[in-house]
Formats: sequence, C-alpha cells, structure tokens
Amino acid sequence: MAKITFIDHDGTKRDVEADNGLSVMEAAVNNMVPGIDADCGGACACATCHVYVDDAWMGKTGEISDMEETMLDFAEDRRENSRLSCQIKISDELDGLVVTTPESQH
Amino acid sequence: MTADTQPEVIVIVGAGHGAGQCAASLRQEGFEGKIVLIGEEPYLPYQRPPLSKKFLSGELTIERVYFKPADFYETAEVDVRLNTRVTEIDRGAKEVVTEDGTRIAYDKLILTTGSRVRELRAPGADLKGIHYLRTIDDVEGLKTDFTAGKHMVIVGAGYVGLEVAAVALKHGLEVTVLEMEPRVLARVTSPEVSQFFHDVHTEAGVNILYGHAVTEFKGEDRLQEAVLSNGSTLRADIALIGIGILPNMELAEAAGIACHNGIQVDELCRTSDPDVFAAGDCTEHPNPIYGRRIRLESVHNALEQAKTAAAAALGKEKPYAQVPWFWSDQYDLKLQMAGLNQGYDEVVLRGDPTSRKFAAFYLKDGVLIAVDAINAAPEYMIGRKLIGEKAKVAPARLRDINVNMKEVAAG
Repeated sequence: MAKITFIDHDGTKRDVEADNGLSVMEAAVNNMVPGIDADCGGACACATCHVYVDDAWMGKTGEISDMEETMLDFAEDRRENSRLSCQIKISDELDGLVVTTPESQH
Repeated sequence: MTADTQPEVIVIVGAGHGAGQCAASLRQEGFEGKIVLIGEEPYLPYQRPPLSKKFLSGELTIERVYFKPADFYETAEVDVRLNTRVTEIDRGAKEVVTEDGTRIAYDKLILTTGSRVRELRAPGADLKGIHYLRTIDDVEGLKTDFTAGKHMVIVGAGYVGLEVAAVALKHGLEVTVLEMEPRVLARVTSPEVSQFFHDVHTEAGVNILYGHAVTEFKGEDRLQEAVLSNGSTLRADIALIGIGILPNMELAEAAGIACHNGIQVDELCRTSDPDVFAAGDCTEHPNPIYGRRIRLESVHNALEQAKTAAAAALGKEKPYAQVPWFWSDQYDLKLQMAGLNQGYDEVVLRGDPTSRKFAAFYLKDGVLIAVDAINAAPEYMIGRKLIGEKAKVAPARLRDINVNMKEVAAG
C-alpha cells in the first residue's frame, strides 16, 4: 500500500491510496484523477499517462525500458523527470510518491 | 426538463469501455443527476483489448481488466444494473424497457451498445470446443480448453486470430490459422506488412492456410475435426472463430433512430433523436480528417466518443476529431497503427522488416494518411501527429532512417 499524490498542472493536489503491484496509472484511473487517460490500459502504447516524477522520487521509480524511452521522447513537453505512469509499479518504497500531470493531458 | 435546464436522469445502455468512460465523464463535467448504467453481461465495464492478450495468457487477473474498480461506481453514484438486457427504447415515453418489462425513464439516453462477433454458420458450429473471443466469459471458456499439445484451428487471420495464435503457441498448442483472403490482416494493412506478420507467425511455428474456409465441424460430443472448402480435413481439438464483429444497432434501429452501418451520429455524437446519443463501436460517425463517415472498432474511439457524448448530453460541444489508432501485441512485437490507409496510392517502408523494427507509411496524393509501426514508437508518435495535420511528407525523407523522425516532422 502506498499513498500517492497527483498534482495538476495548476497545482491542485489529490492523494490516493493504492495497492502494491498496481501501476501508478491504475492508481490514477481507479481514483478518477484527471489528466491521466491511459487509452491503451497500460500496454505502453499511447503515452497518454505521462507524468513528471517529483525529483526526490526519481531514483525509486524503476528502470525505463527502451519502449518507454522512445514513447516519452515523442511525448509532448518531455522533461528529465518524465515517466509513463503505467510503467511505474507501486511498492511500499513508493509510499508518499508525488507526481505532476502535464498540461497537455488536460 | 426544458431546453436550458440540465437533465435529471441519464441512462447509459451497454457496459463496455464507452459506457464506463461516459459515466466518469458525466461526473467530471459536473453532472449531479442520476446515472443509470445498464449492461447485459454480469461484469462491470471492462477492457476488451487484454482479453486476447494478457488475460488469456493469465498475466492479468480479472480485477485488472476492469475499466474502473467497483467502488468507483459507488463513489460516483452510478446505478449499475448488470445482467440486464434492454429490449426496447420507447422514445415517446422517454423510457427504456428491459427484458423483464421494467421501464426506466431517461431525460437523455446514451447508447454504448458496442459490437458482437460475426458468427460462422456451418454444420457443427455449436460443438463443444468451438470458441469466440469477445467477452470475459468467452475467454474463461477458451481457457478451460487451452492445454498444451492440443491442436487449435483458428478461423480468420485478423488481430484476434493472430494474437490468440501467439498466446496459444506459447502455451504449447499446435496452431493452424485459416484465412479466406490471400494474406493475414488483409482488411487493415498493406501486403508488405501482411507479409511480415506471415513470416513472423510461420517462423514461430503457426501453420497458415490461405484461401480456405471451414464448411463443417465434425465431432462426437465435442469438436474433433474441421472440414475445409477443398474437402480436406484438419485435426481440431479446439477452434477459435475470429471473423469480425458487427455493430449492435438493432435496438436503436427498432426505435426508428437513423442507422446505417452503425447508429448514425454527428461530430457531437448526437443521433437523429435530440435526446439520444451514441458512442463507440456501434456508431457510424463523421471523421473530419478523412472527410467521410466511418465506423471504428477501437478503444480509443470508444473513449473519445464517450467524452463527446457525455458533454453533448449536458448541452456542451466537444466535437470529436481524432486520428484513429490501434495496437496489437504479438510475441515480442508491438504493432501500433495510426490513421486509416484506405485509398493509399503509395506505401513507404522505413527500416528493415527482418530487423523486427520498421514502419510502413501510407500516402495519398502525397499526404500521410496512415502508419503501421512495428516496435517503432517514434514512427508511430510522429506519424500520428502528421496524419492529424494532413501533412505532405516527402517519401524519400520517410524512407531515410538517417533522417530522424523529429526532423521528418520539422519538414
């Protein structure tokens, strides 16, 4: 179980609780967090679950696969802390994770 | 209600991806009235794409296939009625009628009735061991038969057939695919890409027979063999039929709502009845990028039309104008497709198919209209963007892998 905070591009914060093993995208979708559409349901096929991971957490969100890397590379407004939230798996280690959703997904 | 007041009750008929998104979008749009969501299956809205992929392979549990968890519907106060089939829309009374005669009143009605499998009509087609793949129950049934060593006959080399073939091989089944057309994925892609998927599947061990239909299924109490159109027979312990889907438009049609190749809607997902909207596989709708009316069998379309329909039911205009896109996972391949290639006059390959990483771009009068990308995310992402812009792209630049896709996009 981990608490995750989603911040809108305009600063609105939403805290959700999610089970280990789910993805951060699923935590968002299950809790109606706006800005994460996840059209493909987590197949790393659409880049509509793009988030910016709070700097303090970047080291804990796991490796970026080649596929995710290329999808991100072509997502709008990619930054150094960009991730596809469907590829971040929730664990106790991520309790307290903070991510921001990009303006382009709103 | 009057024209400028908000509806009090919105009824959604159908419980697929589009229905789940409609319910979510109605609340996100601020609708505070009653939402009734009626589905004939026993399940909350769920995602169909994983059914032929990770749900069949056992990598995803049912909980993770649901579109939203059960408590979402409680929190959002959606009155979900499962195992309930709507048999009639009484437009005069503004009520839907369910199988048991219950009448449910609506101010606005959203039809997300989706599609159903096209059935194969042949003697013996109801034998045990013959499966379709559209619902969770279909997959649960298929799984009970899905054991190593069995010989599986797949009728139809579309996405479903090929995705199941890949999973079946991995599970140790022997697989023969029968296709009437001379190539796989004939309806959706070019001969070049069909050839690639033919090679991938045959190298993996799938036996593909072209130009064949099944004329009869034979067996005692369950399937044993399939008889082909040339008279030959094939051992078949199980069969999967994947020969396409049909839009569920009969409910609307019977109510006198305009239907043709789907429920007719405009760019705001409005039907010919101002109080009835429709979204997803069941609609035929205008696509401004292609300048024609189309019907799509895709999750993306269901989600986007659902957002448009939910807004329209609340009197807001969010015109639907999307580049269609699709994906398929087979073996280690991720196929991502954007646009519709019908009517292309030139296909440009970028990359070498034997490397299992390439893209096929489709041009019409020099304008990019579609892309099929295999393990090639940049080509897909940039291609999708250029298609939406109706961009003219020089074939030589598309073909040249030394010009990266960002440079291609820059023109």
